[in-house]
Amino acid sequence: MSSIPVYKTRWKWLILGLGFSFLYLPILSLVVYSFNANRLVTVWSGFSTKWYGELFRDDLLMNGIVLSLTIAFLAATAAVVLGTLAAFAMTRLGKLRGETSFAFMITAPLVMPEVITGLSMLLLFISLGQVFDLFSQRGMLTIWIAHTTFCTAYVAVVVSSRLRELDLSVEEAAQDLGAHPFKVFFLVTLPSIMPAIVSGWLLAFTLSLDDVVIASFVSGPSATTLPMVVFSSVRLGVSPKINALATIIISVVALASFLAWWFMAKAEKRRILEARMAGGT
Amino acid sequence: MSESRQNKRRRKLPPSKYLVLSVPYLWLLLFFLAPFFIVFKISFAEAQIAIPPFSELLSYADEQLQILLNVGNYFYLIDDDLYASAYLLSLKIAAISTFLCLLIGFPMAWAIVHSSPSSRNILLMLIILPSWTSFLIRVYAWIGILRNNGFLNNFLMSIGIIDKPLQILHTDTAVYIGIVYTYLPFMILPIYTALMRIDYSLIEAARDLGASTLTVLFKVLLPLAKGGIIAGSMLVFIPSVGEYVIPELLGGPDSILIGKVLWQEFFNNRDWPVASAVATIMLLLLVAPIMYFHRYQKREMGAS
Repeated sequence: MSSIPVYKTRWKWLILGLGFSFLYLPILSLVVYSFNANRLVTVWSGFSTKWYGELFRDDLLMNGIVLSLTIAFLAATAAVVLGTLAAFAMTRLGKLRGETSFAFMITAPLVMPEVITGLSMLLLFISLGQVFDLFSQRGMLTIWIAHTTFCTAYVAVVVSSRLRELDLSVEEAAQDLGAHPFKVFFLVTLPSIMPAIVSGWLLAFTLSLDDVVIASFVSGPSATTLPMVVFSSVRLGVSPKINALATIIISVVALASFLAWWFMAKAEKRRILEARMAGGT
Repeated sequence: MSESRQNKRRRKLPPSKYLVLSVPYLWLLLFFLAPFFIVFKISFAEAQIAIPPFSELLSYADEQLQILLNVGNYFYLIDDDLYASAYLLSLKIAAISTFLCLLIGFPMAWAIVHSSPSSRNILLMLIILPSWTSFLIRVYAWIGILRNNGFLNNFLMSIGIIDKPLQILHTDTAVYIGIVYTYLPFMILPIYTALMRIDYSLIEAARDLGASTLTVLFKVLLPLAKGGIIAGSMLVFIPSVGEYVIPELLGGPDSILIGKVLWQEFFNNRDWPVASAVATIMLLLLVAPIMYFHRYQKREMGAS
């Protein structure tokens, strides 16, 4: 399908130029002003890196970072397991009872307003807390459950679209040759959906790391995640420390994406080369 | 022969089949669907100063089972104009923001689709990249840009277009900017997918038959990309109706959106039953768009 025409009109460049400026100028402004010595952030008074030092001395922020990374790691991992199972159930098992409600529970979290999810989760934990001691205190566990739940939906969407593209005949061949369904899954299906699982994990990780509304509802006094700290700080106005934090986050994301792109491009090149060599023999 | 062997293998599946299904199913049932019924239940409770701060609907004493449904919360929402206007303002802001996202997102998706295949992936990644950084921080960036001594006002004053700062931050305009900015990628991606699937010989045919650019756009391109436009619009519209962070950070005292009302009822007034009633009505308003989105997404995911 390479029949899509490539346009080189001025209109196209104008649209792309304006669109990407809109997306990136705000981010760029954060980075530039993080090196501003002035406390007022947008009034420039000289280059300085002092806000980075202050950032690392802020215990509340640092504890928030550790807690958020921990929750994001655990939530992404659990969501990958649940989401992959869900995607597998939806794409491979054919007609099932309760399928409509299942599919609904996968798509609805994608668009559900966060305040509703947050409130409903909290009320569930309160109800559970009256029966199980485990939920009587809210904190890391409840945030982890809430994040796992909405991340599962995202992972299921990413993985199921990959599963749908997959050539079924390889799985069927393995099954015909007598492989147990579990063996087929782990040796044939899983390796071929691995890229989707990895990107699903990364997506879940960033979604969890980013959430402030749901965490505010379901958290207790013992657990304050990074976005909760940032939110309470920016509600009071701009703060150069937040600009420094933003710059660090942006650099990490940019670096990680560049590395991912680089490795993917390399793998793609190798794949094309291999295909060409296989075609040559 | 292979047919019958395959069937034999298939017949062995059912027990494990339900095992695979039941784990995520039960998880989502308990932690996603069940909570909505609890919200619905608590919207009929009465606020109390207690832990938890609401009354029980069921009570059993003296061999009498009492069910006490307090519909007062809903009457309260109807009586006070604040709630109705908050719902209306939220729907209006979400609808206009969705339209603006479409206005910006469609041309961008179009421009990316018509770039060379090698640059397409890079451009697409550049669209997604901002959403991998923190959402809060991207909203925060606009505070620095829009405030009175911020980037935009300083720039406009330095080139002499205005001589005193424009009040943009803490107005509805800032809320629109914030919503469009953060939700734009969700509009672009489904439209991009839809535009990639179009058979472009149809467009060529329309051109050859003498259709003008506008006719091609409205009679061919937009109808063919309808699925992506609907999905993108729902992905922007539904969550932004309940948006809390953006109106809280960028909006002013008049930007009373329903997400903010829910938050304040819950956290500031500690009136959980009223917050639940607000959530219930918001859900009722959003059921139709959510089902609409669900129908599209189900097709995309290939569920039978």
